[in-house]
Amino acid sequence: MANKQYKAVALISGGLDSMLAVRVLQDQGVHVEGINFYTGFCVEGHTHAIRRQDQNKHKRNNALWVAEQLGIKLHIIEVIEEYKNVLLAPKHGYGSHLNPCLDCKSFMVGKALTWMQEHGFDFIVTGEVIGQRPMSQRRDTLPVVARESGAQDLLLRPLCAKLLPPTRPEKEGWVDRERLHNFNGRSRKPQMALAQHYNIKEYAQPAGGCCFLTDASYSHKLADLWQARQHRDYELDDIMLLKVGRHIRPSPDFKLIVGREEGENNYLEGYRHCFTHLRPAACPGATVLVDGNVTEQDLALAARITARFSQHRDRPQVTISITPPGTATRQLEVAPLAPDDIPGAWYL
Amino acid sequence: MSTHSLDARRLLCPMPVIKAQNRVAQLQPGDILEVICTDPGARNDIPAWCRINGHRVLDVRQQERDIIIRLEVGSDHD
Repeated sequence: MANKQYKAVALISGGLDSMLAVRVLQDQGVHVEGINFYTGFCVEGHTHAIRRQDQNKHKRNNALWVAEQLGIKLHIIEVIEEYKNVLLAPKHGYGSHLNPCLDCKSFMVGKALTWMQEHGFDFIVTGEVIGQRPMSQRRDTLPVVARESGAQDLLLRPLCAKLLPPTRPEKEGWVDRERLHNFNGRSRKPQMALAQHYNIKEYAQPAGGCCFLTDASYSHKLADLWQARQHRDYELDDIMLLKVGRHIRPSPDFKLIVGREEGENNYLEGYRHCFTHLRPAACPGATVLVDGNVTEQDLALAARITARFSQHRDRPQVTISITPPGTATRQLEVAPLAPDDIPGAWYL
Repeated sequence: MSTHSLDARRLLCPMPVIKAQNRVAQLQPGDILEVICTDPGARNDIPAWCRINGHRVLDVRQQERDIIIRLEVGSDHD
């Protein structure tokens, strides 16, 4: 089997590290295909797709772009439902926010292992580097990922392999350990140098920043959602809506999602069959969704807030259209709230 | 060879790509899939996915808010 071309499946995030890890193996004649998992929390393009002001910005999915640069296939796997178990009960807890990075990495490598077995591939590759990330890429946590994912010694990290015990691809001679690397720590200089070596001039922001769960504001809104519902669960629509608009919670019973511009208003309009929604009746302004249970008094407050975010905010009275799902629209005449009447604590 | 349609409207990327990928996996080489999307990101993402996976984009057109991408399934797909 000396001439066998070994096949590796590589976790592709769209960043530089996974790109380099693949290039290192391609240099050794390994056939590599990419795999990318969509959890619902991936940053890729969502807000750009929604916001009108960003509509003209160049949009690309970095994982697809990286795969194209590398000349490899990319398989994008949707794992939204399965990922709930990772996020809602992470065995190793959270990072700085609601990011379960260690459990997440083990989950993804485990999924890649299943894919590898189903497709007759030989091993798994990641762009991990010892010391690069505070939770999932430490010397003591890299073995946890290999063990808990079930990949064991079929998980190869070409960028730091020389600092780790030899894996099966190295021991069996599927790859040459001497031509792998010993990157360590948070410095990006070794990666930059390797990118230069491979004449890679363009790449997405190096490592990280690709998951909303590492964002403080997003995590705060997600924690608020769970607290308001008194149980930790979510649907895809919930986590998508956390990415859109201002979120204002005047009471534990309900919050308002207020579109900030035309693109967000259009996006929120798509949810009008699921939520009570408000709009100014006679002038431009925000589309507002009501998430929760509201009394008539709450709706009046929601209408005053909607008026606050309308073009007629300086008038004494503004007419607001209120449409509960599946029922007729009615109109309410309200005085817009003054900016000082919306306490800062209401903003999530 | 047959023609199929996929409604991916209101889905944000990468979901239109994932839906297209999963649908293509059920089709035969030479089949045509018409993907209807609203996320402008799909204009780049679906053609990029086609290029790296051996499928051919026949045309991309805009019809009011809808973006319609027609692709032909390649011979080397899984």
